[in-house]
Amino acid sequence: MQHGKYRFIVGFLTAPLAIYGLFVIWPFIQSIYYSFTDWSGLSPEFKMVGFKNYTRLWDDEVFWKSLQHSVMLVVLLPLVTLTMALFFAFMLNVGGRRRKNAAIAGVRGSAFYKVVYFFPQVLSIAIVALLFQFAYNPNSGAINSFLKAIGLDSVQPDWLGDPDLALWCIFAVLVWCTVGFFVVLFSAGMASIPKDYYEAALLDGASRITTFFKITLPLLWDTVQSGWAYVGILALGAESFAVVQIMTVGPGGPDYSTTVLPLYVYQKAFRDGQAAYATTIGVALLFVTLLFVAVVMKLGRRERLEY
Amino acid sequence: MGSTSAHNDREGVGRRDLIKRSAALGLIAVPTMGFLSACASGDSGGDEKVDKGKKTKANPLAVNESAPLEIVIFDGGFGTQYAEDAKAVYEKNFPDAKVKFSSTQKIQSVLQPRFNQGTPPDLIDNSGAEQMDMGVLVGKKQLADLTPLLDAPSIDDPAKKVRDTLRPGIIEMGQFDGDPVWIMYYAYTVYGVWYSQKALDGLDAEYPETWDDMLAVCAKAKKKGIAGWTYAGKYPYYVPFSLYPMIAKVGGREVLDAIDNLEPNAWKHPAVKTCFEAYYELYKKGYILKGTPGLDHIQSQTAWTEGKALFIPNGSWVENEAAKTMPKDFDLAVNAPSGIDSSDKMPFGTIWASGGEPFIVPAKAKNTEGGMEQLRIMLGEASSKNFTSSVKSLTAFNGGTDGIELTPGLKSGVAALKKAGDNVVNPRIQDWYVALQKEKIGVGGLGEMMAGRLTPVEAIKKIQGYADEAAKDDSIQHYKHQ
Repeated sequence: MQHGKYRFIVGFLTAPLAIYGLFVIWPFIQSIYYSFTDWSGLSPEFKMVGFKNYTRLWDDEVFWKSLQHSVMLVVLLPLVTLTMALFFAFMLNVGGRRRKNAAIAGVRGSAFYKVVYFFPQVLSIAIVALLFQFAYNPNSGAINSFLKAIGLDSVQPDWLGDPDLALWCIFAVLVWCTVGFFVVLFSAGMASIPKDYYEAALLDGASRITTFFKITLPLLWDTVQSGWAYVGILALGAESFAVVQIMTVGPGGPDYSTTVLPLYVYQKAFRDGQAAYATTIGVALLFVTLLFVAVVMKLGRRERLEY
Repeated sequence: MGSTSAHNDREGVGRRDLIKRSAALGLIAVPTMGFLSACASGDSGGDEKVDKGKKTKANPLAVNESAPLEIVIFDGGFGTQYAEDAKAVYEKNFPDAKVKFSSTQKIQSVLQPRFNQGTPPDLIDNSGAEQMDMGVLVGKKQLADLTPLLDAPSIDDPAKKVRDTLRPGIIEMGQFDGDPVWIMYYAYTVYGVWYSQKALDGLDAEYPETWDDMLAVCAKAKKKGIAGWTYAGKYPYYVPFSLYPMIAKVGGREVLDAIDNLEPNAWKHPAVKTCFEAYYELYKKGYILKGTPGLDHIQSQTAWTEGKALFIPNGSWVENEAAKTMPKDFDLAVNAPSGIDSSDKMPFGTIWASGGEPFIVPAKAKNTEGGMEQLRIMLGEASSKNFTSSVKSLTAFNGGTDGIELTPGLKSGVAALKKAGDNVVNPRIQDWYVALQKEKIGVGGLGEMMAGRLTPVEAIKKIQGYADEAAKDDSIQHYKHQ
């Protein structure tokens, strides 16, 4: 029975491991290597410069600002997005009034709401960012026009042009476009929780809030935890980059108020011709990401519940 | 079957063992794959130049008549038609040559890897938001010296060298340190204060030459519900287009040169403070269109063409860029920045004009002569006229506007240049220190001041700090006016 087992395993593992190595591990190693050079990214010539890029990073104000913004996003975005998504999903699946035949149901029209929530997910992040850029236009954008229409003529913020608001504008867009996915994901998770649990809780006279914290959340914990890691990585990487790059075009907001790590990597590599320094920032981003995932895994560890 | 977690089962592979072994396998796989992966920065290829052709009168650069030529053009505000037309001329002159023509908006993404591999195309229009940093390209010796092109006879008049047919400042802009000319700026941009002559007439006002007059015009406009100024709030580095020449006008050329040279305390010059305070007054008096700090260049231009604001600092590309929203009777005009008063060091008319659309021939291109020959064709009168009439912009070729109908903006630009005469300034900080100029001085300093979040004194202090930082930073190449 054991005959050929190794060959079987090796056969299965070689290809994926090779691809993983080639496209994931190797670029990491290369990046770390390049962060010790003075490579410009515009010519094949470079030489080793030791830790120069790292000492420069240490004194770089813009880097610290970017780091601060990225960390803020990675802490707050999952918190806000997942809380909202959990609330919405609960209302859509469990939170409705009792109707005949079904002890457990969502609010009226929940199927429709699900589609509405999921809608932003269908749009490309670039389109979302562009749309919101128009909405935030202080001169003729939807938001200020709305404020004007309801008589708030005196409240006409510059939104993306105001360093105190710009990052929160970005944050709102990120929440808007990620929340729907988790509503659907958590809805699926909630649907697989046996109805008898809820019925039992209802018979015992549990309120909705109690039901949520005693039944739904614990049984959904695994999903929430992976969702947490997922949004966090979005907040650190692709999603925040796209939104910041498109909406606060240029340097990352007024007076660096929205700059984030991936944007700074991009600017150094593809605008300033300092690819080596960009890889140094990239290495820092790698550590932030690893740290984040480690924290999530550690904090999120709970006893597994089976049903 | 063996159990999945057995350690004692000698023949079985436990889950943990499997993980360990696959990790080991991964460790072996990583370096091996390294050999297979095309390195991000391999230095193979390159340096296989084509042979030179025969130097004749018609072919002064000794182009190899049958060698292939590759051109990559930035597809931006000017489109690509002008370059394709010029390419057709090359094909006619060298029927045996195979010309490969392509265009992109993402110059850097497309070409950076090719520079890295040492196989760049023969001629590039290195322009747009994804422009490759020229300072780095020059510093890393990636560009060909264009001096042979400048010393070649011009295509129209064999008695004249190409360098003698160019507008003032074009050659200097292509140089960095010393004699070689690395970049051929093809377009010629007039920067300044842009406005609608019709709107100004509607206010019964003339273009103001002093700052008091400027404030008076703005006050007049405000009464009619029109803002005096708007600018690209998200890209406040448009503000210098009128602010820098104003500084030169008030304090003399040397002030701008000192700024370009990153001299200590260059920004502390009284002229800088005077001009900053003048602009700050626009904000304080409420002459800047509400919400401007949140607008990008297109949005601010649109508000301006809609008549919500009178003046906008911009470059001559605005005529083409804002064409869609500009009313037919807008009567676009440009003027030199207003000064403070008659005690200014330079006369009214002092304006910023300089090259745009930088063309480069890579040092490692296979057919450098072909690339330069293509530029020689483009710098001829016929191609230059074709460019001007189709995209409403001047070219580096001095002249080439006779006999074509000029659009209002272009006409006013030509007039402004004529009025300026020798008083054309060309602040180099914009092409020498892109990051410093755009996001530090522009967004961090001027943008904040124009939005009212910094006073002129604070802005100057902050900007001087940025400039000192850049002067100390040895990761960027430093340049000085010769």
